[in-house]
Amino acid sequence: MTNAVPLSYYLGISGLLFALGILGVLIRRNPLIIFMSIELMLNGANLAFLAFSNAFHVLTGQIFVFFVMTVAAAEVAVGLALIVVIFRTKHNIDVDVLNSLKG
Amino acid sequence: MNLSLLLFFVLAAVAVLSAIGLLVSRSALYAALFLVLNFGAVAVYYLVLGAPFIAMAQITVYAGAIMVLFLFVIMLLGAETLPPGRALPWQRPLAIGLSIVLIAEAALLLVQRLKITAILAAPGVEVNTVASLVDLGKALFQSYLLPFEVTSVLLLVAMVGVIVLAKREKGEVGS
Repeated sequence: MTNAVPLSYYLGISGLLFALGILGVLIRRNPLIIFMSIELMLNGANLAFLAFSNAFHVLTGQIFVFFVMTVAAAEVAVGLALIVVIFRTKHNIDVDVLNSLKG
Repeated sequence: MNLSLLLFFVLAAVAVLSAIGLLVSRSALYAALFLVLNFGAVAVYYLVLGAPFIAMAQITVYAGAIMVLFLFVIMLLGAETLPPGRALPWQRPLAIGLSIVLIAEAALLLVQRLKITAILAAPGVEVNTVASLVDLGKALFQSYLLPFEVTSVLLLVAMVGVIVLAKREKGEVGS
């Protein structure tokens, strides 16, 4: 592998994944799929971190990705617990129907 | 077209197509499986970028633990597909238009303004060895020790929070 991939290609695919995640958050009604789209956005951001980390030969990007993964794990656990509780009280998880916080 | 560019574009196709599959699939179950495929493709990117530890963490934490949690909740709720309801009619075209604007803006910035031409280092022997892993561990436990410990507190808070949220109140009827 003599000449490798330019950094801008990785930034392009990272931005594309991020935009697709935003699109998923905006158009889907199932909160589980909205959560998955948020994971997709985090994934795109992680890819940009690692591309920069490799291009400038520093380890900071990898450390940041490590922390992003940890925060994402915590966020998913709390979010899924919230979805389970909402389903238990409302018997519906369509985000267009859930328009009041009162149980 | 050399080998690394070929690998890049094949992985890009897999990642983007699985992301689109996540968006358009009716069933949340298929969406979760598409997301696992996407995580796998991005993990190979991480390997190419000289971050083997992050790649393995991606597979085990994201594609393993988090997606198993997702599948568990999907099957627990029986929420594979929502019943067809009254969707907000203006929402979808507006969202698609705004996303296209975002992609166009990012592409314009990337192409015209930044002029990033830095070529990534070819995956050589010096990045994929144990030495880089040792460096990563040293950085994590010396320069970034405080954030690391704060992370453990964050995970503990999340764990306690989830237990409190998911606990049934006394006298609450099971659903």
